[in-house]
Amino acid sequence: MPAIALSILAVFLPLSLVTIGGGQSAVADMHRQIVDVHGWMSATQFVDAFAISRLAPGPGSLLATLIGWRIAGFWGALAATIGIFGPTALLIYGVAHIWSRFEGARLLKALEKGLRPVAAGMILAASYVLINALDSGWIGRGLALASTALLMATPVNPLLLIGGGASCFVLLHMAALV
Amino acid sequence: MPVSPPERPSALQLFLIFARIGLTSFGGGLSGWMLREFVQRRRLMSEEDFLNGLSIAQALPGVNVTNMAIWIGYKLRGRNGAIASWLGIVVPAALVIMLISSVFTSLAGFELTHVALAGAACAAIGLSLSMGLTAARRVPRQVFPLAIMAATFVAVAILQWPLIWTVLVAGSLSVAVTYHRG
Repeated sequence: MPAIALSILAVFLPLSLVTIGGGQSAVADMHRQIVDVHGWMSATQFVDAFAISRLAPGPGSLLATLIGWRIAGFWGALAATIGIFGPTALLIYGVAHIWSRFEGARLLKALEKGLRPVAAGMILAASYVLINALDSGWIGRGLALASTALLMATPVNPLLLIGGGASCFVLLHMAALV
Repeated sequence: MPVSPPERPSALQLFLIFARIGLTSFGGGLSGWMLREFVQRRRLMSEEDFLNGLSIAQALPGVNVTNMAIWIGYKLRGRNGAIASWLGIVVPAALVIMLISSVFTSLAGFELTHVALAGAACAAIGLSLSMGLTAARRVPRQVFPLAIMAATFVAVAILQWPLIWTVLVAGSLSVAVTYHRG
């Protein structure tokens, strides 16, 4: 495995364990490490990858796979995938293994309830970081807010929404607004 | 007449079931689908077993869907089942995302590609923000949890502290207090 793949693995391994409430919560830190600390991608490339990961099916954490792929091809994708999914996979495997002897209902409840505000804070932070990484000005921000409102108020299909966002920008571009 | 217990799926079947779930899942809402597939339709596990797994999958770090795949796979087929289910949910979707990304890369010469992708990104941020707002709504309206949420947001978004330490400190504090209040 090339050296860059090992560096990618070293970035994603610890991130795996903080993906509480889904992979979404680690996006802010992924952005910090990939763009600011290591300079492997520009902020725009990162947001592009984020958009593609939402367009594609499967777990949202495949954003890591895509980032690894963009930085270092096959080995990068493999390293990032093992990094972001590996530790948590072993953890849930271990818990499934000992569950039959484990009387942890109260602790489990405290875990779930106690981690809720942390997860909410992290996901909101991820949105904040992504909005700041947009380079399309107030039109982009307005579109992001409109999309949020639509998602909260209606059972709209997310894929349609993302396609709508893309078409919206293409139309605005033709009208020479973005 | 008693209903005979259905045959347990092989590791290969588990791989295929989860591959299908992985490839048809856009933007979440999967636990309901898994419940239908494994509990109601195929009757492979009890509802209680499933719901236990679901709350563990949500409490532990990791993507809920992949956690659930490992939980269900382990229950039904032990170690091989867990591995097959995990591979099923991750690998086919990973190949698809790289394919999609390559399509976009090969279209990179056209300016419209970037414009469209920028628009897609704006709408996609709505997914993240609405998920954050939904999660925030589920936080109890009490001083302590709200303060933990605000502190986590400030530490990650504004101060840009490493996530690991933020989660370790805020998470263990929050869990400990919640546990003692019982």
